[in-house]
Amino acid sequence: MDGIVELQRQLIDYTASLFHEGFLDEQFNQLQQLEDENNPGFVVEVVTLFFEDADRLLNELTKALGQPSVDFKSLDAHVHQLKGSSSSIGAHRIHRVCISFRNSCEEQNVEGCLKNLQQVKHEYSLVKDRLETLFRMEQQILNAGGSVRR
Amino acid sequence: MDSNGVVSWPRMPENMDAFALSPEQSQEVHVLAVDDSLVDRKVIERLLKVLACKVTAVDSGLRALQLLGLLDEQKMASETFVGLKVDLIITDYCMPGMTGYELLKKIKESSTFKETPVVIMSSENVLPRIDRCLEEGAEDFIVKPVKLSDVKRLKDYMTTKEVRGESQDREGNNYKRKLLDTSDVSPSSPPSISSSTLPSSPSVIDSPIRRLKMTSTD
Repeated sequence: MDGIVELQRQLIDYTASLFHEGFLDEQFNQLQQLEDENNPGFVVEVVTLFFEDADRLLNELTKALGQPSVDFKSLDAHVHQLKGSSSSIGAHRIHRVCISFRNSCEEQNVEGCLKNLQQVKHEYSLVKDRLETLFRMEQQILNAGGSVRR
Repeated sequence: MDSNGVVSWPRMPENMDAFALSPEQSQEVHVLAVDDSLVDRKVIERLLKVLACKVTAVDSGLRALQLLGLLDEQKMASETFVGLKVDLIITDYCMPGMTGYELLKKIKESSTFKETPVVIMSSENVLPRIDRCLEEGAEDFIVKPVKLSDVKRLKDYMTTKEVRGESQDREGNNYKRKLLDTSDVSPSSPPSISSSTLPSSPSVIDSPIRRLKMTSTD
């Protein structure tokens, strides 16, 4: 029993740190609140969809910026999508970089876009790592017979 | 983009129950959600299901029109769609192909669904865009990301046809113009915006609202 309590405390602390460091925002809380015993995997499911979506979009963005003549309109459309989906799951830092990225697109600033792309990739890998850790911790608690939802 | 829960032409959706007007199902509110983003579809679907709505989520305006029987080719065979039950349509604004605005217009131009409330969602709070949608007959405009409080607010529209009262005042005074700010709004915002303490107190405003976030927009 103590083991589960300790794990739950660690999970709470870890989750709090992700909010504190700006990786996640209120929208992530929203998603967690939508989960219940009948839909236990909802957050993992949505976040997984986000990862797949982000992988695809980052590929597209990399390709688009590798073209001899950059199609800023298409670039912007992809950033817009990434901005939207990151916002929908509460991936706050990715969302913010996407805002800058869209500005670079609007200015047709290739250097700016390249920098933003690097930033997005970096933020994506950070939050992905954090969320995967979070989910692992939750699974550990569930496997031990504990619960993770408020 | 994906085939998750999406109708493929020309086949009708496997689960047509949502569209049947059988006694058991006529009480359940059925919402048609339109969004090209798979992540957003999942979220809106869950939000609506939490509020005990039946949801059909599609990825484009074209597919929505197809389901509603409003594509030109289908209009001749409109008898197929007698009894089609949709209590609310919620659509993203920015979509490739047909925008949410264009979809809204097509719905409002139809004889079968012009009374069905349509709500627009957008990540961008562009006032002219919002006004345009409301003028075209949208019931409400939600700024993304969509939260449970947004969807709860829509419950007013989520009544079955028999229960729903008269259509809204098109002058636009029942409004939709009331804005709920978050706490970090600058004081130099336009006079029409009234500030509120916390977004988490939806009971403060009980009429349809468009929520404008003054932060985190581009």
